[in-house]
Amino acid sequence: MDNKKESKLQLFLDSVRFPLMAIILSFLVGSLFIIWTGNNPLVAYGALFGGSLGSMSRFGETLLKTTPLIFTGLSIAFAFRTGLFNIGAEGQYVMGALFTVTAAWLFKGLPGFVLVPAILISGALGGALWAMIPGILKAKLGIHEVIVTIMLNYTGLFIANFFVRTALNPSTLLGTEQKAYTVLVPEHGRLTQFADHLSIFGTSSVNTGILIAVAVAIITWYVLFKTTLGYEIRSVGNNPYAAEYGGINISKNMILAFAISGMMAGLAGATVVAGLTYKMDQASHSPGYGFTGIAVALVGKNHPLGVIASAFLFGVLSNGARKMQIAGIPKEIVDIIQGLIIIFIAAEAILKYMPDLKTKLSGKKNKEVA
Amino acid sequence: METIVLIMAVIASALRLATPLIFSSLGGTFCERSGVVNIALEGIMIMGAFFAILVTDFTGSPWLGIIAAMVAGILTSLILAVLAVHLRANQVVAGVAINMLTAALAAFLLEMVWHRSGQTDPVKAALTRNPFEFLEGIPVLGPLFAGLNPFVYLAFIAVAVSYYVLFKTPFGLRLRAVGEHPKAADTVGINVYKIRYIAVMISGALAGIAGSSLSLGTVNLFREGMTSGKGFIALAAMIFGKWHPVGAFLACLFFGLMEAIQIQASSLGLDWIPSEFLQAVPYVATILALAGVVGRAVGPAASGEPYEKGHR
Repeated sequence: MDNKKESKLQLFLDSVRFPLMAIILSFLVGSLFIIWTGNNPLVAYGALFGGSLGSMSRFGETLLKTTPLIFTGLSIAFAFRTGLFNIGAEGQYVMGALFTVTAAWLFKGLPGFVLVPAILISGALGGALWAMIPGILKAKLGIHEVIVTIMLNYTGLFIANFFVRTALNPSTLLGTEQKAYTVLVPEHGRLTQFADHLSIFGTSSVNTGILIAVAVAIITWYVLFKTTLGYEIRSVGNNPYAAEYGGINISKNMILAFAISGMMAGLAGATVVAGLTYKMDQASHSPGYGFTGIAVALVGKNHPLGVIASAFLFGVLSNGARKMQIAGIPKEIVDIIQGLIIIFIAAEAILKYMPDLKTKLSGKKNKEVA
Repeated sequence: METIVLIMAVIASALRLATPLIFSSLGGTFCERSGVVNIALEGIMIMGAFFAILVTDFTGSPWLGIIAAMVAGILTSLILAVLAVHLRANQVVAGVAINMLTAALAAFLLEMVWHRSGQTDPVKAALTRNPFEFLEGIPVLGPLFAGLNPFVYLAFIAVAVSYYVLFKTPFGLRLRAVGEHPKAADTVGINVYKIRYIAVMISGALAGIAGSSLSLGTVNLFREGMTSGKGFIALAAMIFGKWHPVGAFLACLFFGLMEAIQIQASSLGLDWIPSEFLQAVPYVATILALAGVVGRAVGPAASGEPYEKGHR
């Protein structure tokens, strides 16, 4: 019993060691850039963390930034667990947001307690449908999902822009002049802001979206590790041939996995629309939650609970960046740190998956004779 | 006459818009033919675009700017090479990381050098004009040539050279062998790692030039976000062109034409087509190409797979 506990702890330490190393290393390299700007790294990082955690209001704002990242991180982590690389969370996010705004307009007559779940489900559905395209193409035709999802990111963005400009524009639906954004989500369809009931959260716009995100993460953990569905999906990811031999339908599970992954990215769009922006803007590029989500998933070791922690870290970084900017330090340093984290994580993946290289690095230094 | 001038203007615009895509997709072709997926084209282009302006601004020579863009591209691509070839990292993850890092780095350096964000000062010596003025005197085609810049000519040369190198030289044969079956290539004495390093660096140089053709060729400054997904369109063109330099070139021309039509839609009387649909054409066309609707596109067999020496 004791032994088992210890090995679990050991396993936990093993799995967090490399992400932590990558994060620390990235901050160290980041401090070189700060020194270059003529500032003190400690002051800069002080501003960064103080700016994102220094008060409840700032903490709330950090949670707000964390919310979509939990969803996109989960989306990508879930896909990774099933052996799929969903680089298309970006597009699924956009489609989720589009479906959310559409549903909010169509069902605006419904009372709030029905409308809010309805529009969130619509957002999830939008992401899921968009993600099923690469799923089906991979399952039926064997087309690699990475390229398809990249292409669908932009396609989704343009489709959304089209509807923002035409069918969902206030000029079409309300007869106002042409706007660069859609009609608003009606007030009773919006997520509740914490600050409305707890004044301690001050001016921050953090809303119930963060609670939904954490709940979805826990559900994901349960589904992945405690249910037959999760077992099947993970088996397909680990070894599709063995899974098929064991009677698991690969094609079905692949499409299903993509749909679930897209559902979560869609929820990111849904909670941002229903909790913060209340509309969709015309955009030349998507907001980047999908790409940051890849970093979140990797740092979180593709574990739903790890994703919550790493999404919070990235939330801290992106919220603190603005405060650092105010202190006179270019906020781009934070983006550099984020990029570095993924590079280091990518580089360390090798130590985990290729244990023989670890021994090679530490053991024999002599050159291999081919 | 009016129509001819208009058509010439659209063709010239299509060629100008296709140019960055051509360089970048050629780069992607070299890289993937050797077995390394290059999602980082976008980020390498950002570096190329930035350093082209930086060096042009300091030296006054845009040609030195292009060389700087190549060097910056090669150095950026080396990150990918080390991660993908030696460390056997997930190549897509490495590419995404490079894209994030370069966008941030360019914005950071922009702030450090010009003390502002958004865009650099314009440089005096850009390469936006037609280098061969005598061609503008040709009847009918004159306006077409007037609309070209030096990069367009360079792009045509790059296509021919790339085709020759990939398909007519021993190096090209080795490169393709490494991308199709690295183990077999290794068995016959080809250094897989070396070939892949060189291929990734060639793609870095080409994508770097692609970036400079944006910043020096179309405008005369660097603007944050000026690549706006062009690296990914180049990736699409590479696939649409079936991993072949000439195919990629034709795909780029097609995508460039789509963009030119979208920009000139109102004067062409095509503004009834939603601009977003024209913008989406390259991406949708690529998915259809992959699905086999317009001739099945199949990539190099070992593309994306790290090669481990002596491992079965």
